[in-house]
Amino acid sequence: MAKGVWIVAELRDGAFRKVTFELASTARKLADQLGEEACAVVCGSGVSGIAGELGKYGIDKVYVADNAAFEPYTTDAHAAAVAKVVKDNDAAILLVAASFQGKDLAPRLVGKLATGMASDCTDVKIADGKLLAVRPMYAGKCFGEIVTSATPQIAALRPNVFPIVETAKAGAVESFDPGLGDLKTKVLEVQKEQSGKIDVSEANIIVSGGRGMKGPENFAILEELAAVLGAAVGASRAAVDAGWRAQSDQVGQTGKVVSPNLYIACGISGAIQHLAGMSSSKYIVAVNKDPEAPIFQKADYGLVDDLFKVVPALTQECKKLLG
Amino acid sequence: MEGSSAQGRLPFGKEENVNIIACVKQVPDTEAQIKVKADGSGIDEGGIKWVMNPYDEFGVEEALKLKEKVGGDVTIVSIGPARAMETIRTALAMGAEKGVHIDDPALNAADAYTTAAALAAAIKGMPYDIIFCGQRAIDDDSAQVGAILAELLGIPQVTFVTKLDIDGTAVKAVRPIEGAQLVIETALPCVITATKGLNEPRYASLPGIMKAKKKPVDAKNAAALGVSADAKSKVAKMVPPPARPPGKILCADDTPEGKAAELAKLLREEAKVI
Repeated sequence: MAKGVWIVAELRDGAFRKVTFELASTARKLADQLGEEACAVVCGSGVSGIAGELGKYGIDKVYVADNAAFEPYTTDAHAAAVAKVVKDNDAAILLVAASFQGKDLAPRLVGKLATGMASDCTDVKIADGKLLAVRPMYAGKCFGEIVTSATPQIAALRPNVFPIVETAKAGAVESFDPGLGDLKTKVLEVQKEQSGKIDVSEANIIVSGGRGMKGPENFAILEELAAVLGAAVGASRAAVDAGWRAQSDQVGQTGKVVSPNLYIACGISGAIQHLAGMSSSKYIVAVNKDPEAPIFQKADYGLVDDLFKVVPALTQECKKLLG
Repeated sequence: MEGSSAQGRLPFGKEENVNIIACVKQVPDTEAQIKVKADGSGIDEGGIKWVMNPYDEFGVEEALKLKEKVGGDVTIVSIGPARAMETIRTALAMGAEKGVHIDDPALNAADAYTTAAALAAAIKGMPYDIIFCGQRAIDDDSAQVGAILAELLGIPQVTFVTKLDIDGTAVKAVRPIEGAQLVIETALPCVITATKGLNEPRYASLPGIMKAKKKPVDAKNAAALGVSADAKSKVAKMVPPPARPPGKILCADDTPEGKAAELAKLLREEAKVI
């Protein structure tokens, strides 16, 4: 019978990404509820040394494939390796990051393993010995509870939602042969964006601007606030379609669906497709001149005022508090 | 590759038509209010305006641009009830040549695997060089079908593509990841999942709409395709989003500076998020 809660570790430039520790901590919790082991698959290049680190986050056993073909990530290499080790060990549950990499890898695994998956989950639990995954659908206009009858039951976890819990464990490390065949894709180039830029899908705090920003140059005041808060700068569809901001910054049903601890919406009226994409944020602040703007219905703190005065003042206040 | 016309030749040579496939799904418009049925079994479809999934529009547009560049045919494949025909006709009106409509009540509860299996079965029966899908459908937001389809056809995938360049059988695609853009090379045939930034989808012209009415659309069902409608995953229950507690409107001394100071204090001391 299929057993164990597995994770696919995600690495970048030879180090684990934070979401990997979120996956590991969650796997530990689920494994304890089932009375089973938590295991991790680590596919990377020169990673044997760091694999054991995952023990600290509750992983009992780490399966490592160390091969130059794994860095940078390609679908072919990673999907072949993960599918093989997960199948050989008959995993019951497999957790993957709902990151750009995980969103590419996980469905390929669904195909290889002929199973089902819950994408972009915001909660996972065990019910009747099986995985019950909770996820926003229609960009958060409603939520679905997903049950998978085949194994492994795959769930992709939204980054930054699941807590990291450290334990005193040391994970056993074992290497496996990934059995890589003919690889059809390769990465020709990695074009890095400005260093330190946080993607809205992984930010703890997002400062977002909409049509009320009036022009691309005015986003400078949001950038300043974001720099003080360590936040990412997001944008509404109106701001992106106007060409003021990059498409990768768009929050909403046709952009990214986000759930940071704090979402500060500036000059965003709150079209339903935008609200859907951010209303699972823990705290929402709205700054808008129009007291009737729908965004205020979702806001924990509403400021009916001129954002061009409020935002710089808020930046100063935050500097004082955090300085 | 079974069914593929890309083996052993340059598919984009002049002597033969290139076969381009674009998969589309009909979804509720982004402005739609989504109401969950009282028993949690699904959404209430009353009053919903149905449209082509916006990410699929990018896929159809890229398919048409490719056809215009190298010559060939664009075939639209869609799974859905009778109303999905409107979306197929929309794609035909944009300029695609023909369609396949997989209409089977048994597939209504299809999960991503079953959906991809039905698409794969339909596509295996026709020649194909490249397949476009949207990176996700904005209804179930699963973002799975394109990759599963690629796996079931045994061909490579590039997902979330914002730029595509095809030269002979070589495919070069740009895909964003957190903090970087990857330039990925793969070979035809392959599945490309399209995201915003790839292109600006065209609108159907009036003559296009007239012509679309006469373009052929094949009807298929699960039995004809030889696929099982059994889902691997199911939505056991749907629930409305958790209600948010009522918020506060800040009005300390009614100046922007006063409000900003009050907000910073609340974020620090009450919400504890900064």
